Amino acid sequence: MAIPKHEHDVVVVGGGGAGLRAAIAIAHQDARLSVAMVSKVYPMRSHTVAAEGGAAAVIKPNDSLEDHIYDTISGSDWLADQDAVEIFVNECPGEMIQLEHWGCPWSREPDGSVSVRPFGGMKIERTWFAADKTGFHMLHTLFQTTLKYNNITRYDEYFATRLLVDDGRCCGCTAIEMRTGQVHAVLGKSVIICTGGAGKVFPFTTNGAIKTGDGMAMAYRAGAALKDMEFVQYHPTGLPGTGILITEASRGEGGILVNKHGDRYLRHYDLGEPLDVTDSKHPQKRTMELGPRDKLSQCFVYEMQKGNTIETKYGHVVNLDLRHLGEKKIDKKIPFVRELATNYAGVDPVYELIPVRPVLHYMMGGIDTDVEGATSIAGLYAAGECACVSLNGANRLGSNSLTELLVFGARSGKSAAQFALAHEQINVDALEAQARDEQLRISKDYINKAGGTQRLVDLRSVMHESMEKGAGIFRDEASLKRTCETLTELSERFKDVALDDHTLSFNTELTAALELGYMLDVAQTLVHAALARRESRGSHQRTDYLQRDDDQFLKHSMAHFDPTAPSTPRIDYKPVAITKWPPAKRTYGADSGLKANAGPATSK
Amino acid sequence: MANETTIRFDIFRYHPQEDEPPRFQSYDVPYQEDWVVLDAINWIKDNVDGTLSYRWSCRMGVCGSCGMVINGEPKLTCAAFLRDYYPNAIRVEPLANFPVERDLVITMDDFMTKLESVNPYIVRDDVDDTSGGEYRQTPAQLAQYKQYSMCINCMLCYSACPVMGHEPEFIGPAALALGHRYNKDSRDQGTSERLEKMMEHEAVWGCTFVGECTEVCPKNVDPAGAIQQAKAAAAQHYFKRLIMPKGAGR
Repeated sequence: MAIPKHEHDVVVVGGGGAGLRAAIAIAHQDARLSVAMVSKVYPMRSHTVAAEGGAAAVIKPNDSLEDHIYDTISGSDWLADQDAVEIFVNECPGEMIQLEHWGCPWSREPDGSVSVRPFGGMKIERTWFAADKTGFHMLHTLFQTTLKYNNITRYDEYFATRLLVDDGRCCGCTAIEMRTGQVHAVLGKSVIICTGGAGKVFPFTTNGAIKTGDGMAMAYRAGAALKDMEFVQYHPTGLPGTGILITEASRGEGGILVNKHGDRYLRHYDLGEPLDVTDSKHPQKRTMELGPRDKLSQCFVYEMQKGNTIETKYGHVVNLDLRHLGEKKIDKKIPFVRELATNYAGVDPVYELIPVRPVLHYMMGGIDTDVEGATSIAGLYAAGECACVSLNGANRLGSNSLTELLVFGARSGKSAAQFALAHEQINVDALEAQARDEQLRISKDYINKAGGTQRLVDLRSVMHESMEKGAGIFRDEASLKRTCETLTELSERFKDVALDDHTLSFNTELTAALELGYMLDVAQTLVHAALARRESRGSHQRTDYLQRDDDQFLKHSMAHFDPTAPSTPRIDYKPVAITKWPPAKRTYGADSGLKANAGPATSK
Repeated sequence: MANETTIRFDIFRYHPQEDEPPRFQSYDVPYQEDWVVLDAINWIKDNVDGTLSYRWSCRMGVCGSCGMVINGEPKLTCAAFLRDYYPNAIRVEPLANFPVERDLVITMDDFMTKLESVNPYIVRDDVDDTSGGEYRQTPAQLAQYKQYSMCINCMLCYSACPVMGHEPEFIGPAALALGHRYNKDSRDQGTSERLEKMMEHEAVWGCTFVGECTEVCPKNVDPAGAIQQAKAAAAQHYFKRLIMPKGAGR
């Protein structure tokens, strides 16, 4: 049985923002390098498309690199690696200007310079935006720019199933060509994983259907560690029912959050004092509605416990009030918010309050990489949400993730290109043999499998319910342990999965089953890492360990796949890189901008 | 489901490995006022028939994956509410004017080739040199092309276009609007070559401006307007080339 094989220099798995930026970096570096871009969807469908509010980079004279660094580190509750943050912040402006040159339609000031807006947890406004479809415009700009390069070969709608690792080195992947169901071997001298996050392990998420942790799980199974997986971000303002995101830019532009009594309840939670919406200083940076996402989502739960939220058919909500912004500003700055609220919540924010509740949005954790994007497996790199550099630590700041795609997409592209140039030889025979095994596995376990009793939707529902109960905004030992047990049971039941579809062409039930397998792996790392971290830090809040504990837990968790116990990841730890910003109390509100907190100044 | 209100779906089915012509299959789906067509199709796949194939992802009208023909009209299924059809049945077909891969999945190869054919990127010598900071572009200059940059490549306009039906070589509304988007971008210097590519096929001139593309566009891109403007620009360009042969300025 011959497996079709394709040989390239670098294989990029995933065609979202990070993957496209990596591909351009390689293609641009050396026209002789051949890049394969393997993606389960056409690149412009990737979930980068859904990002709304903006991308952070220091560009204005009133801002400084050290402020962006400090906001990011304090936002991360000191779990970010400070060397990675410095590199990131230094390279953000250049990457954003590059994207501007490539055609991204940034919103502009009358003098033609790019506009910026404030986001949560920021001392100074530094978020570049293209109205409120920033991710959409960035993705399409990057995708369209890749079309200039004829050394990028796209494998659109090829669903990656496994990394090919020979003698400790990653040299490609297998992927199902969805049109035919044929397994292909896409080989390269190095590989970059850019497959995004895994929000779909939770039931209520802003994430699209495709965000199932494929690359995280493949790297984990291949022996790379998943780092800081217990840190998942709830965005405070999602629409009930659908989980559709109402961007933080709505608060950056002056929107306020109120409970059922009309009270701006955030003022009760150490986030500073509210200013009247007519005050020219509203909204204040790092204060009230412009606090960080983890804290705002936690405040929602406190309000719910006090009985101050509003009960609806889709659970409890609070209200986001944009009415004082007026129709003109809403239509100019956040028109998509108006479209989404009108279509999906039946309210027009020009005249009405938008019901919102916290919704799972982003995974801070991911494949452990260094600042060059390199993983612990030779030849394997990762960038974007699937990776953990670590820039985001225990809580990501809004608008850092889009710039992260660019900075670390480009860096991993350059590193993977260098690796490919320095390591020409791969063992094609051995890799082909692995690909044949993979074809057999998929055939035996799914396509030609008879019987089975477990329906995908049932397994997925149990996983969802268990993750929300056990590993949501607040966690404790008992609930986490129960979820660990449930996931172990699910992994057993998954072996007995029953599919309706045993054909080859565009079999989306097969890919959904493979995705569920990936999600179970990712969920297990998340819950086990959360159980082991007996402290509260950033987005990881333990009701049984209320304080941050730097003595024991100022360190990154590392989840390793253990072939002898596939449902139970082995957890160990790695130190956090602290350079110039010693851990301090994380404060927002009036005193949050104090330079005393900011550590020694760095040169701009 | 005894007392539950349901709504009837008639869904186009086709499988290339089966030796059967396309057919319609009926499903009864629990009626939920705030569901969209995509929710109902997902419910069918999860609970009734795992063999139904279709594309979807974001469920918020921005990824462009889930376009289908609903009761004869091309629509994003994530933005088509059941309440707008109930109690009538909902007929779901793949987008028209494309080959069908399977069920509701159409073949996109030709569309992707057309998208690439219009040089959809900024052309200028210093495009990779960031040392001088951002290119300046005023809000007025941005407004020149912003609308045409909003296309999500959902291909509803190809499904609606009467020219596509009989002139499959036609580059089509979305790709022409995208080419026009870059031509109108003050940062770009590649108009001349791009216009020639856009106007290469005579079918452009066959676009009759019935405006079906603009009508069905879920993002108000107005491809018909873009094509009209592009044609005018092309006519001017040809005239200039006639009196100023190549190399003589832009």
